[in-house]
Amino acid sequence: MSMNRRDFLKIAGISTIAGIGGTAIVGGLQKGVIEAAQTAPDTDTLTGKKWGMAIDMDKIKSEETLKRVTEACHRIHNVPDFSNTKDEVKWIWTETFEHSFPGQEHQFMPDAIKHKPFLLLCNHCDKPACVRVCPTKATFKRKDDGIVMQDMHRCIGCRFCMAACPFGARSFNYRDPRTGLKPEEINLDYPTRTKGVVEKCTFCRERLAKGLQPACVEASNGALVFGDLNDPTSEIRRILASKYTIRRKPELGTEPNIYYIIGGSDYAVVPEIK
Amino acid sequence: MKIYGGGKIFVGLIIFIGLATSPFLFNIGKSSIVRDTKAAEIMQSMGLQCVEKKAFMLPNHMRLLDKWRDSVVRKGNRLYKASDGKEYEMSLQNTCLNCHSEKNETCNACHSNMARKHTCNGCHNYMAVNPYCWDCHIKPKETKS
Ligand code: SF4
Ligand code: SF4
Ligand code: SF4
Repeated sequence: MSMNRRDFLKIAGISTIAGIGGTAIVGGLQKGVIEAAQTAPDTDTLTGKKWGMAIDMDKIKSEETLKRVTEACHRIHNVPDFSNTKDEVKWIWTETFEHSFPGQEHQFMPDAIKHKPFLLLCNHCDKPACVRVCPTKATFKRKDDGIVMQDMHRCIGCRFCMAACPFGARSFNYRDPRTGLKPEEINLDYPTRTKGVVEKCTFCRERLAKGLQPACVEASNGALVFGDLNDPTSEIRRILASKYTIRRKPELGTEPNIYYIIGGSDYAVVPEIK
Repeated sequence: MKIYGGGKIFVGLIIFIGLATSPFLFNIGKSSIVRDTKAAEIMQSMGLQCVEKKAFMLPNHMRLLDKWRDSVVRKGNRLYKASDGKEYEMSLQNTCLNCHSEKNETCNACHSNMARKHTCNGCHNYMAVNPYCWDCHIKPKETKS
């Protein structure tokens, strides 16, 4: 053989580069075709810059209301029910005051509040801890409307986000979710998830895209109000301007966007913006 | 300078390349996907057309779906404007499967096995690819035909 090692390595190197470059060019061309096509939001889409929710605990009077609200969500999103807390998957759920707002309870507070089940869901935080830790960018905050979303195709099930979220808003699919769904109750228009991914409330982005309010809001008879926190004329902003509200663990700095009205009794009279 | 044992290395390399490419060499000229342009014309005249041309969709549908996924999930854009100007909802479950289903009545009206041949599996089985879309997306119930 007359070729020396140096030449051999040179040729090998050049062919590798040619190979990689070649696929990049071909890939780029095909990508170009798809990039040329356009996408647009649905014409009915509700638009908001920063979605948020106000929950009036005084308007939630019975267990039935709570059940209706949580079931509305879990039913349309194919959230499985395994009837045990170890495998539980939840998008919206209830907790006592003490567990929802730790540090704010005291021994003299009204029993009605102390023992009331509070409705909890993902806070779609302004500075979401879950997004910061996700190694695959499966969890991200949408720029246009502030919804903290998940791309199930990318989630590798590392559960960093669950450890990071201070609100317990995320659940891991320890089991195949389809085994926790009754076949006749599956919503055929919405996907299920698969074993090994993490899921949570999406603020019903699929309903917003069709111009509908979130399912839990619709089922709540006015106890839950959903709207754009960026718009000073929105109903939710007028409610927040007229009633004292609290958020969960604001001291942690994630800037949650779910507000709780406690002892609000009647905000039906929403002051008009002059 | 010489490469020590160069002869052996090169003979080995040639054998390796031969083995590695043998499945492709073996199948050269055996592709059995028949491109029936006439059928495409008739289908188009019936209004049965895919979001993009077949020649684009066959090799690129997975890239298109990838783009649809990113657009819907990341940007919230759900409408796709095809290159012929038509608009479609970007949804595997609610757009693609409207036609690509065993139950496609327009196809089944004339060809008993046509619709089945044009489901995802009709091709994926042949190509031995096994994407896991249906682990999450709900597959329409397919009947035996
Ligand atoms: S509540 Fe938890 S899961 Fe939801 S955005 Fe905030 S940190 Fe993330
Ligand atoms: S479990 Fe999924 S979403 Fe959560 S941090 Fe890991 S990859 Fe991201
Ligand atoms: S906003 Fe939608 S996804 Fe979130 S808890 Fe309510 S119903 Fe469920």
